Parts: sequence; structure tokens; C-alpha cells
Amino acid sequence: MLNAMGTLFFVFSRIGLFSFGGGYVMLPLIYQAIQEFGIMSATEFSNLVALSQITPGPIAVNAATYVGFMYAGIPGAAAATIGVTLPSLVLVLTVSHYLNKFKESRGLNAVLDGIRPATVGLLVSAVIFLSETSIFKQGIFGSGFFQNPAVYLNLIPIGIFIMTMILFGRFKLSPIALTIAAGLFGAFVIR
Amino acid sequence: MNTLIWQLFITFLKIGTFTFGGGLVMLPVIRVEAVTLKGWMTDSEIVDCFAIAQSLPGVLAVNASIYIGNKVKGIFGALAAALGVTLPAFISIILVLIFLKNYSGNVYVQGAFEGIKAATVGLILVTAYSMGKVILKGWLANLIAAVSLIFIVVLQVSAVWAIVFGGLSGLTSYLIVRRADHA
Repeated sequence: MLNAMGTLFFVFSRIGLFSFGGGYVMLPLIYQAIQEFGIMSATEFSNLVALSQITPGPIAVNAATYVGFMYAGIPGAAAATIGVTLPSLVLVLTVSHYLNKFKESRGLNAVLDGIRPATVGLLVSAVIFLSETSIFKQGIFGSGFFQNPAVYLNLIPIGIFIMTMILFGRFKLSPIALTIAAGLFGAFVIR
Repeated sequence: MNTLIWQLFITFLKIGTFTFGGGLVMLPVIRVEAVTLKGWMTDSEIVDCFAIAQSLPGVLAVNASIYIGNKVKGIFGALAAALGVTLPAFISIILVLIFLKNYSGNVYVQGAFEGIKAATVGLILVTAYSMGKVILKGWLANLIAAVSLIFIVVLQVSAVWAIVFGGLSGLTSYLIVRRADHA
């Protein structure tokens, strides 16, 4: 148990330390960590993301709690959540002490300017990781796709995916309302 | 002194409970509570707070809560605010997981999950697109984003390296420009 808690703490403090730019950007880091330590499958990971969408609070805290709980119960959930927040505590307290130096440091701001485009790459890879267990079937990015593409497509989810992009991107509907609508629609239509 | 720490905890507990879907949704709510309702910070202080919360790694709302808590009541204020903002996420996930244990095979629950997953992929892709439109200006930014994607998806190395590569590229380009200016 202590060993599991140590692993969770270590894995999630690394995630907390290297995740810039908010919740969704953390997803590839979390995905890679659970693969590295064999904590859960790709399908469970996409369930985690779905659940984080409809429960209150920051997505990364939801995810840490989920992974920790599945791996080692409530102590595991606590270890992962403390892990993901500890780097924040240290860094924010340090930076707010040296606020002006931080704001004026051109070198530091150049580093942050370089990290920002990298987070766009992380977001796109989050989409690719998640699509494989939601709108597509696992294995779509392998060679089998070219022999029989239709086998790898989940048609109703693809419809929901396209509708969500239009209603959110074009018509600016609320993401939470769209998520709930997609959940209700799925509950009665997807079998 | 205790009452102020208690107020920080309760305020952030409320923020953590009633905001769904992550940091960017939470910032306007935090602003109203900390500036307008509680008067803990001025307008320009909250701008600093959000700028730092967004530039440092970690959870956006947690960073902001720690910054505000520390400003109001030192490290114990920071801990109270951080605990308040994370507790609702922590408790609700555990409750839902315990509940789902008995219903994971249910067709309605499974269908709902599939629907939400599909919508989430759409939401993240739109977010990536609108972030990309703002951030990806100039060849260097586009190169960093492309390298980051190739690192993670094609080469399957840790996303940490994509972040490190971005940071080093930013620093290198700054040093080159500065050197050219001095010459």
C-alpha cells in the first residue's frame, strides 16, 4: 500500500510540475503515466476523462483522484491529489515572493513563450489518444485501417463529435450543457 | 485570524463545487468572489494572480487559490484555499466511482459514457484550434507545436520532453535575438 501511494505521489507530482496551460493539456501526461505504470487501460482512461467533465472541480484533480482511487483506494486518491497540487504550492508561494523579478525576467518569459506552442501539440495529442477509444475503435492508427476502414468507425459517436464541434465552435453553446446533452443522447441511443 | 482562514476555505469550497469543466471556467468566478464580494484583492492584483496562475505549471484554479490564500493569510491561508478548491472534485469522483461499481454494466450508463466521450473529443479539438489560432504565430511557434506532437504521438516519448523542448527553444531564440541586437 505504501509503495502504491509512493508511486502515485511521484507520478502525479511530476505531472503537476510539467503541465502548463490547464486541464486538457495535462491529459497526455496522465495518459502516458498510467501506461508507464500499467495503472489502467486506454478505455478506462477515456472513461476518466468523461467523468471529469461532469463532476465539479478542476479536471486534473478529478483525474488524480480517479487514478489514485482505482489503483489504491482512498489513500491512493489522497496521495495522487496531494502529488498533483504540491508543485503548485511550492512554485506559487516562491513566485509571489519574488513577483517583480519574475515579471521582469526576460529569460524566464522567453522559456514560457516557447512552452505555450508545445501545449498546443499536447492538446492535439490528447485528441488523438482519446479518439481511439471513443469515436474510433482501438487499432485505427495501425495498418488494419487501410484494409477495412469501416470497422474502426463508431458512427453515432462520430455524429456527436461533429455536432459538438459545430455547436461549441460555431454557435458558442456552453460546454457543460453540450456534455450533458451528449450524455443523455448516448444513454438512450448508443447500444 | 481563524475566521479569515475559514472564510478562504468556504469560499474556495463553493468555487470548487459549482464550477464544472476546469480552470478557464473558474477564473471569472474566482475574480467575482475575491475582488467584488470579499475585497481580498484589487483589480490589478487579480490580474497578476491570474497571469502567474496561468504561466506556472499545475492546476490553474489551484494555483490561483494558493496565490490568493497566501496574499490574505500566509501559508495557512494558501493551504485552506487549496484544500477548499480541490475537496469537491476529490469527494465527487470517489462518490461517483463507488456508485458506478454497481452500474458499470448498465446499458444506459455505458451509452452515456460513450456520448460524453465523443463530445469531449470535439470540445478539446475546438479548444486546441482556438488556442492554436492565438499562440501559433511565426515559424518557430509552429515548429515547436509540430515537434511536440511528433514527440508524443509518433516517437511516443514522454510529453515532459515536449515541454522541455519548447522551453529551451524559446530561451535559445531569445538569446540569439539579444545577441544580434547587441552586435
